[in-house]
Amino acid sequence: MSPTENKLIVHSIESFGTHDGPGIRLVVFLQGCNLQCKYCQNADTIALKGGTPTDIESLVKRAGNMKTYFGDDGGVTVSGGEPMLQSKALIPFFEALKEEGIHTNIDTNGLIRTPEAQHLISALSDLVMFDVKATTEEGFKSITGAKGLDRLLENIQLREQNQKPYWLRYVLVPGYTDSDESLTWLIETFSENSYLEKFEILPYHKLGTYKWESLGMDYQFKDVKENTPEQIDRAFEMLKPHFKDIIVK
Amino acid sequence: MDLENTFKTGRWCKAIEVKDFVTLNITPYTGDHKFLEGPTARTSKLWDLCKEALKEERQNNGLRDVDVNIVSGMTAFEAGFIDKENEVIVGLQTDKLLKRAMKPYGGYNVVKKALSEHGLKPNPVVHESFSKYTKTHNDGVFDAYTDEIRKFRSLGFLTGLPDNYARGRIIGDYRRVALYGINRLIEGKKEDLQKITGPMSDATIRLREEVSEQIRALSDMIEMGTIYGLDLSRPAQNAREAVQWTYMAYLAAVKEQDGAAMSLGSVSSFLDIFIEKDIQDGKITETDAQEYIDQFVMKLRMVRHLRMEAYDQIFAGDPTWVTESIGGLLIDGRSKVTKTSFRFLNTLYNLGPSPEPNITILWSKNLPKGFKDYCAKVSIETSSIQYENDDLMRTSSNCDDYGIACCVSMQELGKHIQFFGARTNLAKTLLLAINSGRCENTGTQMVDGIPFIEEEYLDYDKVIDNFKIAMKEVARVYNEAMNIIHFMHDKYYYEKAQMALIDTNPKINIAYGIAGLSIVADSLSAIKHAKVKPIRDENGLTVDFQIEGDFPKYGNDDDRVDHIARDVVEHFNMELEKLPVYKNAMPTMSVLTITSNVVYGKKTGATPDGRAKGVAFAPGANPMHGRDTHGVIASLNSVAKIDYKDSKDGISNTLSVVPKSLGATPEMRIENLVRTLDGYFGCNAQHLNVNVLDRDTLLHAMEHPEDHPQLTIRVSGYAVNFVRLTREQQQEVLTRSFHETM
Repeated sequence: MSPTENKLIVHSIESFGTHDGPGIRLVVFLQGCNLQCKYCQNADTIALKGGTPTDIESLVKRAGNMKTYFGDDGGVTVSGGEPMLQSKALIPFFEALKEEGIHTNIDTNGLIRTPEAQHLISALSDLVMFDVKATTEEGFKSITGAKGLDRLLENIQLREQNQKPYWLRYVLVPGYTDSDESLTWLIETFSENSYLEKFEILPYHKLGTYKWESLGMDYQFKDVKENTPEQIDRAFEMLKPHFKDIIVK
Repeated sequence: MDLENTFKTGRWCKAIEVKDFVTLNITPYTGDHKFLEGPTARTSKLWDLCKEALKEERQNNGLRDVDVNIVSGMTAFEAGFIDKENEVIVGLQTDKLLKRAMKPYGGYNVVKKALSEHGLKPNPVVHESFSKYTKTHNDGVFDAYTDEIRKFRSLGFLTGLPDNYARGRIIGDYRRVALYGINRLIEGKKEDLQKITGPMSDATIRLREEVSEQIRALSDMIEMGTIYGLDLSRPAQNAREAVQWTYMAYLAAVKEQDGAAMSLGSVSSFLDIFIEKDIQDGKITETDAQEYIDQFVMKLRMVRHLRMEAYDQIFAGDPTWVTESIGGLLIDGRSKVTKTSFRFLNTLYNLGPSPEPNITILWSKNLPKGFKDYCAKVSIETSSIQYENDDLMRTSSNCDDYGIACCVSMQELGKHIQFFGARTNLAKTLLLAINSGRCENTGTQMVDGIPFIEEEYLDYDKVIDNFKIAMKEVARVYNEAMNIIHFMHDKYYYEKAQMALIDTNPKINIAYGIAGLSIVADSLSAIKHAKVKPIRDENGLTVDFQIEGDFPKYGNDDDRVDHIARDVVEHFNMELEKLPVYKNAMPTMSVLTITSNVVYGKKTGATPDGRAKGVAFAPGANPMHGRDTHGVIASLNSVAKIDYKDSKDGISNTLSVVPKSLGATPEMRIENLVRTLDGYFGCNAQHLNVNVLDRDTLLHAMEHPEDHPQLTIRVSGYAVNFVRLTREQQQEVLTRSFHETM
């Protein structure tokens, strides 16, 4: 089933999102991804098939019912999967949310560059959270199965140029993304950015492994160990002086 | 000290009006919790002794000691102490810590049973008296019960009725003893008695007798004080006395009665007025103030009643519902949060977590931020408190001086009482609609006039028509049982001590209840939105249901099913409202199960939502375990759609979340819990229990109870020590939805 203008293909809905953007959020996980990250926590959202076509109207109503919970900074986050694969339908969705005065946020890998995706990044979405998968193209490929760092950086730049706030999220994978070189690259590349509001370090964990197994897929990062507290502290201490708001999740 | 020269005067000086005193003299506090003090050495020493006694109680099958010779009453026992020299607030129900007492007026058989379960018997004199000469509430009720009521009761349509135990729920205005002294209260009651004159109708005769009983009870209360060397005839003269006097008034109630819920009311901000005064005058320090409250609360934690094992099925974990309501706003918009509100919560740190007293926060969006944040912190760290919507209750009843009776039931203090009514099994009532009015388990004809459904697949409209007939008839039988129960309770086990602290002719509401709401909503949703085929045995009774297709489930913020739940509540309440009630009480209803959701489930056959025979219901108004798949807020929003006007006795909801799902950092967890409460109550929801726990903690406690003696978990309007639940009840808690998003 393919997305249409008034429907989103939804994998699942979490009404108490407290880890995907500011405040309490309605998180709409969309089905389908353009990458296949080896540690993906939501492997069941990768396939482009499946999901439930859902009226935008009903999602807006659901978000409207949550207004009393949002406070000053809660709202709606679309995640996935890769939500930008459905950027066409996201536009009317976000426009309707805006009309309702509801804060919008996209959790994206930042690789899609359709005109609609660019419109969401440059103007429409109140917040964008970019996943920085790796700090080199080779590293990017070894984690996601494809290159794409250049496109991600272009999209981040687009957001920055349009003076819109965004967050970066960085999964700290031992042996893959936690070297001094990688961390130094992050500092050099992003610490001067004016509209980068928050930097989130996400420790690598294997909670999603069971999903790979239940899908009959091979979890390729089996041998990668979760971070030790010392590894997390080291990365945090190194990055902390360079970012105004940085947390380990 | 002469209170009228010490505090701002007003109506309270002329009449018994505690509320007026509070409104005029309260000092709202808007700061944070940093001023709080830890426990004193004396408090810690006492609490160590209590912990030791609690351990003995657990090891001794839940009964540390019991007196089999003395029938309990206000003056029945000598003074009892934990450790006299360290006690600044004194008084025990009996002469020894955690020693229980016989209160046979509710039902002598229950007392006998409770004792025999521990290999004990009542003293022969007591036995002779209660088997030959003294009639009890239980005897009276069964003299009057009809065959029909007995049938509905024994087959599980009506369960947990207070027909063999005390009804409880009545909240004495215990503050009156501190503010006025008992002599003044006796004077007031004597004046009232004089005004109750002919013609001598049943009601007038009864009221004269009741007020006379109250006056005697007040004299007994003075005598009870004397046993502890306290002169309760006069008002409290300082903060310590205010706490002590208030506690003595409450103690009188729990010496005399063993109602299921013996709530305290809302005393913290009243006591704060005396405490503030003494602190201002330099007579006491913060440490003293906290010591009074710690020791008061410690005593409340030690309240016990003698219960039989069967009681544990409906009220698991030996609860006493010493419900203390804290917070809320005054009608003039000022906050009722005082430093003593914080001091009460602080007992959960100074003495550790505890199910009792049942601390209930009256939540308003306009409560001070410092207090909201502290409540959230306490919830996250202790899982010991519950929340109720003050904005909703205060405005709908135009009342700002109320307590919560038991779990969720609002009662204006000193002005209003309620008649507890347990609950009816609405899921079984729905099955009557599908089984031509017969009990699905036994085939017994319960309700006439319901046509047999012959179609292969259930038709929504037909089921609804039948369900309405069933609801009307069940409501009728339920109402008849209630009228008998409360007539007899007044006659044989009148709450004279509590009623002495309440206006002479108070408002009364009768508190009906329902269980199984989520089962009914999902069943009707399945019938409406999927295809449901009943599987019947040779007698045409349903034994199972086949469901073809999916259907919306209650707990996902989906109007297609949530409105069914809302409409069922509205309809059943409407049927109850039509029926005449003893003493002209106002009919109200709650959606609350306590822990009877387990036993109700056992007595209920398979239901059209796919629930198998015997499986526990969800508690209260909660969605069924595991069916709320859209996260916390969607689940809360479904419950919030039940209209409070149709369920004015309360709508109970219990939320269990793992700590991490509230947010990444401790600060974010506090902020998000506050927002959740603001959001939920902003949707006009009424009640929320909050548990913040990992399932692993509970699993560990099941295997190593000795490591978790104070682990507290909120169940359905109250809290329990998890380790005091039976294995089966623990399992049931574990199957409930634990929301754990990451």
